[in-house]
Amino acid sequence: MVKEIRCDLIVIGGGAAGLAAAAKAKRLGVGRVILVDSSPYMGRLLGGILPQCIHPGFGLQYFKEELTGPEFAERLVKQVYDLGVEMLTESYASDLRYSEDNVEVIAISPKGVIRLDGKALIYAAGARERSIFEIGVVGYRPAGVFTAGETQALMDLFGVMPGKEMVIIGSGDVGLIMARRFALEGADVKAVVELMPWPGGLTRNVVQCLEDFGIPLLLSHMVTKILGRRRVAGVEVVKVNEDLKPVSGTEKVLECDTVVVAAGIVPKAELLEEAGALIDRATHGPIVNDFLETTLHNVFAAGNALIINDLVDHAAEQGERAAESVAYILEGGEIPHEGVKKVVLGRNVRLAMPQRVTGLKDVYLHVRVKKPEENVRLVVRELGLEVKMPRVRPAEMIRLPIRRDRIAAIGDSKLTVSVEAE
Amino acid sequence: MIREARVKCIVCPIGCEITVTLRNGEILSIKGNRCVRGAEYARQEVLEPKRMLITVIKVRGGNLPVVSVKTLKPIPKKLISKAIEALANLEVEAPIKVGDTVMKNLLDLGVDVVATRSVNRLRREESLQ
Repeated sequence: MVKEIRCDLIVIGGGAAGLAAAAKAKRLGVGRVILVDSSPYMGRLLGGILPQCIHPGFGLQYFKEELTGPEFAERLVKQVYDLGVEMLTESYASDLRYSEDNVEVIAISPKGVIRLDGKALIYAAGARERSIFEIGVVGYRPAGVFTAGETQALMDLFGVMPGKEMVIIGSGDVGLIMARRFALEGADVKAVVELMPWPGGLTRNVVQCLEDFGIPLLLSHMVTKILGRRRVAGVEVVKVNEDLKPVSGTEKVLECDTVVVAAGIVPKAELLEEAGALIDRATHGPIVNDFLETTLHNVFAAGNALIINDLVDHAAEQGERAAESVAYILEGGEIPHEGVKKVVLGRNVRLAMPQRVTGLKDVYLHVRVKKPEENVRLVVRELGLEVKMPRVRPAEMIRLPIRRDRIAAIGDSKLTVSVEAE
Repeated sequence: MIREARVKCIVCPIGCEITVTLRNGEILSIKGNRCVRGAEYARQEVLEPKRMLITVIKVRGGNLPVVSVKTLKPIPKKLISKAIEALANLEVEAPIKVGDTVMKNLLDLGVDVVATRSVNRLRREESLQ
C-alpha cells in the first residue's frame, strides 16, 4: 500500500539550495514542508555535495564567514530540523506528476513508497558530473578511471586514496581542488589537461591548487586515449588547434595509474523535463522567470539543478528566493505568465538566467560569457543599462542586479543582454 | 640587490598581475594592483605566503572512518608539507563535534587544528548496513 502525505511545499534535494529553501519557507510561515533527499547513510551526509567539499571558501555571503563545505552543511541541516521541516532521508523522488493545482511526487523511501501531494514544489536536485563517456576519450576501460567527485568522496569521506600517479582531465574548480588534495596526500599529479586555451576554474584555484604544488596545466590539450588493460597505465595527450582539433605529431604519453575526469557538471533536470517543464539548452536547467518558477506553474527551481553556480552561497540564495515565491503564491499572490519579457542572448553571452522576467521582482541576472575578454561593457540594451567590466571569463558567473521598476518601466517584450567592446 | 616578483592576485575575479619590487628583501614598490587589498595580498605573498591547511585524519569508532579538519588560521606555505606529516598519523576517538580541537599548537605555530564535521559513534544498527 502506498502511504500518502499532503503538504504545502515539497522540496526535492537536501543540498544547499534545498535546505535553504525549506528553512526559508518555514521562516516565512509556510505550513507543512517536506524535504526529500536521496543521500545514503541515514541522512548523516545531508547537504548534497557539501560534506565532501572539505576546503574553505563557502559561506562568505550566506553566513558572513568563511566555512568549509561540511561546516556549511551542518549549519543548514541544524536549521531545517530546528524549524520543523519534515525530512524524508535516504529517499528517492522517482516521479513527478503535475497538474494546475497539485504537484505529486512519488518517493521511494526505506519505509516504502510514499506519495506526496503538495501545493508547490521546489526542485533542487543538484547536478551530476560529466563522465568519461561524454568527453570523447577512447581506449580501454581499465580500473582507475574516476570522476573528480568520486575521488573526493573516496578521500575526504572515506579516507581511501584512489591512486598514486594522477592525470586530471579538465581544469574546472573541482579538478583543481582535487589536484591539491592528491598532491597534499602524497600522490604525484602528472598534469591537468584542459581543452580550452584558458583554465576552467577560478584564478584563486589555479594559483593555490596548481602553482603552489608545481602541477603542470596543459592548456589547449586533450586526452585522446586511455592506456592500460587491467589498471590505467597512462593516457595519450595531444595539442589542439584553435578549432579544438588535434594537431598531428604532437601526441605524447603521460604515464599514470589514475585518470580523474573533471569535465564539469550538468543540472539534473530530467524529472522536471519528464513532467513537462521546458529546459534551456544553454544552461541545461529549466527555463524560469524572476520568481524562479519553471514553465510548470507552482513548480520552482534553485541551485545547481537550475544553473551551475560558482558559489554555494548563490545556490542557497536561489533556494531562499524560490521559498519567497512559494510563500507569496500560498498567500494568494499571483505570478503573471502573460506579457512576460524574454531574456535574449547577445554578443559573447553563452547563457542567462532567469530566462523570463515579469518586472515584479528585483532580479539578479546571471550571465556567463562564451570567451574571456578585457575592458568590455555588459549591456542590457532595452534598459539602457551598461556596466563596465575590466575582465570577463567563462569560469566566472556575472550577477547583474536589476531593479524591478526599471524592468516594469519599459514596453519591450524582450531584454537583450550582451558583452560589448569599450 | 633589486629583484622583481610577480603575483597573480586572487582577492577578486579581476586577477590583476601585480609586480612587487624588492631590495634586499624590503619592498620598494607594488604595481599593477587595482585596489589596496590587492597590494596587501601581494605584500604578504612576497614576504611570507600563507595558506589554510585542509586534510582528513583517522577516526576510531566513528560512523565515518575519517574526519575533515582545518587550521584555524593560515600557516606559512613552506611548512605545509611538514604540517601534513605531523597530522598523518594522528587518530582521534569518536564522537567528534564540529569545531573540536584535534591538535593544539601545530608545529609550535600557535595555530590549532579543528574538526570541520561532526562524526558520531558508530551504532550497531548502522554497522549492519
